[in-house]
Amino acid sequence: MDLATFLIQCLNSLQYGLLLFLVASGLTLIFGIMGVINLAHGSFYMIGAYMAFALAPVVGSTFGGGFFTTLAVGTVLAVALGYVLEWVFYSYLYEREHLQQVLMTYGLILVFEELRSLIVGDDVHGVKPPELLSGTIPLGELMTYPVYRLFISAVCLLLAGGMWFVFTRTRLGMMIRAGSTNREMVQSLGIDIKFLYRVVFAAGVAIAVFAGMVAAPVSSVYPGMGGQVLIICFVVVVIGGIGSIRGALVAALLIGFIDTFGKVLLPQAAGVLVYVMMALILLWKPDGLFKAG
Amino acid sequence: MGTTTDRGKLAFVIACLALLAAYPLVGGKFGVDLVTKIMIYAIFALSLELLVGGTGLVCFGHSAFFGIGAYAAVLLSPQGASPSLLWILPACVVAAGVYAAFVGALSLRTKGVYFIMVTLAFAQMAYYVAHDTPLGGGTDGIYLYTKPVLGPLDLDSAGGIYGFTLACLAAVFGALAVLSRSRFGRALAGIRVNEQRMRATGFSTYPYKLAAFVVSGAIAGLAGFLFAVKDGFVNPELMSWHLSGAVLIMIILGGIGHLRGALIGAFAFSLLQEFFKSEAIFGAFAKHWTLGLGLAIIASVALLPRGLVGVPAQVRGRLTGRRGSAGSGGSHG
Amino acid sequence: MADARIDAAAAAASTPQMSRGEVLLRGQGLTRRWGGLVAVNEVSLEIERGTVHAVIGTNGAGKSTLINLLSGEVPPSAGRVELLGQDVTDWTQPRRARAGLGRSYQRNTIYPSFSVFENCRLAAQASHQKPWQWWRSAQRCEVSRNAALKAARRAGLDDLLEREAGLLSHGQKRQLEIAMCLATAPQVLLLDEPLAGMGAEETDRMLALLDELKDGHAILLVEHDMDAVFRIADRITVMVNGSVIACDTPEAVRKSPDVQRAYLGTH
Repeated sequence: MDLATFLIQCLNSLQYGLLLFLVASGLTLIFGIMGVINLAHGSFYMIGAYMAFALAPVVGSTFGGGFFTTLAVGTVLAVALGYVLEWVFYSYLYEREHLQQVLMTYGLILVFEELRSLIVGDDVHGVKPPELLSGTIPLGELMTYPVYRLFISAVCLLLAGGMWFVFTRTRLGMMIRAGSTNREMVQSLGIDIKFLYRVVFAAGVAIAVFAGMVAAPVSSVYPGMGGQVLIICFVVVVIGGIGSIRGALVAALLIGFIDTFGKVLLPQAAGVLVYVMMALILLWKPDGLFKAG
Repeated sequence: MGTTTDRGKLAFVIACLALLAAYPLVGGKFGVDLVTKIMIYAIFALSLELLVGGTGLVCFGHSAFFGIGAYAAVLLSPQGASPSLLWILPACVVAAGVYAAFVGALSLRTKGVYFIMVTLAFAQMAYYVAHDTPLGGGTDGIYLYTKPVLGPLDLDSAGGIYGFTLACLAAVFGALAVLSRSRFGRALAGIRVNEQRMRATGFSTYPYKLAAFVVSGAIAGLAGFLFAVKDGFVNPELMSWHLSGAVLIMIILGGIGHLRGALIGAFAFSLLQEFFKSEAIFGAFAKHWTLGLGLAIIASVALLPRGLVGVPAQVRGRLTGRRGSAGSGGSHG
Repeated sequence: MADARIDAAAAAASTPQMSRGEVLLRGQGLTRRWGGLVAVNEVSLEIERGTVHAVIGTNGAGKSTLINLLSGEVPPSAGRVELLGQDVTDWTQPRRARAGLGRSYQRNTIYPSFSVFENCRLAAQASHQKPWQWWRSAQRCEVSRNAALKAARRAGLDDLLEREAGLLSHGQKRQLEIAMCLATAPQVLLLDEPLAGMGAEETDRMLALLDELKDGHAILLVEHDMDAVFRIADRITVMVNGSVIACDTPEAVRKSPDVQRAYLGTH
């Protein structure tokens, strides 16, 4: 493998890893704050991808906008969806056992998949990146690298930084963190915990949908993508250590590299490699790489 | 007061088995094939019930053991002659048990949600081995050309596989019922209710959990073996996480904490699936049957948290104006 | 096996030379740090057969962590634990329990869906496990049944054996918690606030039980109820902020100016 190819694969790994981190942090957020394990998180990613495909013409004819307008509209819709879903469905899951949460959100996956099938169909689609970002930059003498992939990495980093800022530096973040460890105390302070949870959930959904929309031009849009990303997110959380954001980042990048280079070097074993790595890490550190915090 | 006595439970189970034994006399070809499949799922569900209801370990990767039992049946069968049931059945069960020992050793140090995620991931690992490597034959799957034999038993005939599956179901049910009353089974029950107290009393809980995990995986492997022999065909979907989800739904639908719940749940879920798939009822919409199934799953978990097994007690409670008391914990029938 | 242990403990208690003074549980220099916080700081104590050794202190003094260090639930950052003369610092909690260390919890850890008898029987089973005999019904295990009956009787629960444990009164549940502790015939008992939430009558009953249990056992008692502690303890260790500030007879502790300043004065 020459240097340019190696560099390309590194950049691809980084992009995939950061995207995974974004989706996984939405999952951990909802679990960490509300104690709900949400299997349908992958479905939100899938919804985002299909939105990027299906909304584009609608947005084009209504607003005359392009990719970025679609992103904005999609995110707004995602926040609304998350808000309604929490109100109508997820708020009933908070007090339930994990097994019940797992099964009810699994049922939701089936519902989302079929609704998508009814509304948009089961075909695989490609989505074009916007004109502005569809160019390439030169890498060495012979190779080039798509600008759009760099855009994805940048956006993920920006969002991750934004989340970190909200959590650690704002009042809202402080309320959220307090609410996760002591519901009653937060309520007695006059903060509407129900509204807080709804906001957090909507944010988690929006992150997943946004990630799906942004990833659509590079990953293509197909029916099984929700389930696939969900399970990989689980592996991120398991390897990183549950409750640890730092762990999720390290784990996501690790998976990004193993998966990308695996596909290039050992295509037949690529699917299994990530799980083998997980098994080895668990042998060494049964609780994952990092402890919560 | 409102509980089912041990005799009542035994009577119910014997009645079910008797009905199943008599069914081929009235059922047509499709019916016998379907019921064989449901009985295989019942064995699968019973194996998971040991883990979830018996020990409190929610495993979301049980399809791996089912799939390994099935694939082992195909991969271990010699090309020419029919293998003897006496060695191939145990071999498949052991293969599944070995993978269960591996997964259990690595995942049982974790708890709760973490455990759910790890078991799911390990099932995906097995899925990818079947799906991507030449060992698994890829998405197309592999055919079983020679079915096992044991004396006059012909597993190639619909009646033969039906009868053998029924015998296995009865044996597994009986064995698990005996197990749940044994010291080992009671220890598992204690671990489910309060693992900390068990440890404080002097039980090293990890070996118990691992043993339960391996036995559970092995029985799932038996179910997979029967599935491969019945259909003569295996593909990676037998290890898909959707099957892991389905079998969890079966036991919660039937009722966690009751062996007969696994039996009831397997039938209820399979019949529910057939209902939603039926074109006679839903016409063209039948191809979107997973929508109805998803809604039914949500409804059943929300409305029947104790499963179908709990319905008679709920009804009795309503009729007599009293609440049925919870089980005495003495047995797990 | 459990039978033999109960009898051996009783025999040992009745021999004057062996009954008092023999140290059954010893903690030496026990320290536990969580990150920057020191929860338990160089705590040493000894518990002798036939005595009740109480540990008192304000909230956050480290009493729960100390009990967890002794029982094996939490590994120490430094220090040793000796049980019946053996170094058990590296032993897991189940192993220590099988060697004769019983523990009760502040919050009930009974099995609410099982009967009182089954609670005791399952606890007694720890001394007589035989998990490989999967065909034998646990209810037929004479050894665990007898040990359970003995323990339940000792804790005063004879007439409640068939009752579902979750339906007991709070005081009865605390009695059951003790009974489960006794079911494995331990020689050392670590009792974490056994009087928690009890009324006067129930407290008297529990104290009478503990007084009876002194014979043959070494008891470590963590308690907040000062009257009860002074009634029943032979020795008291006072902890403040993870360290021991006094370890003496009840009278001496009551009179100690350090203790009065740090703890009893603010009571």
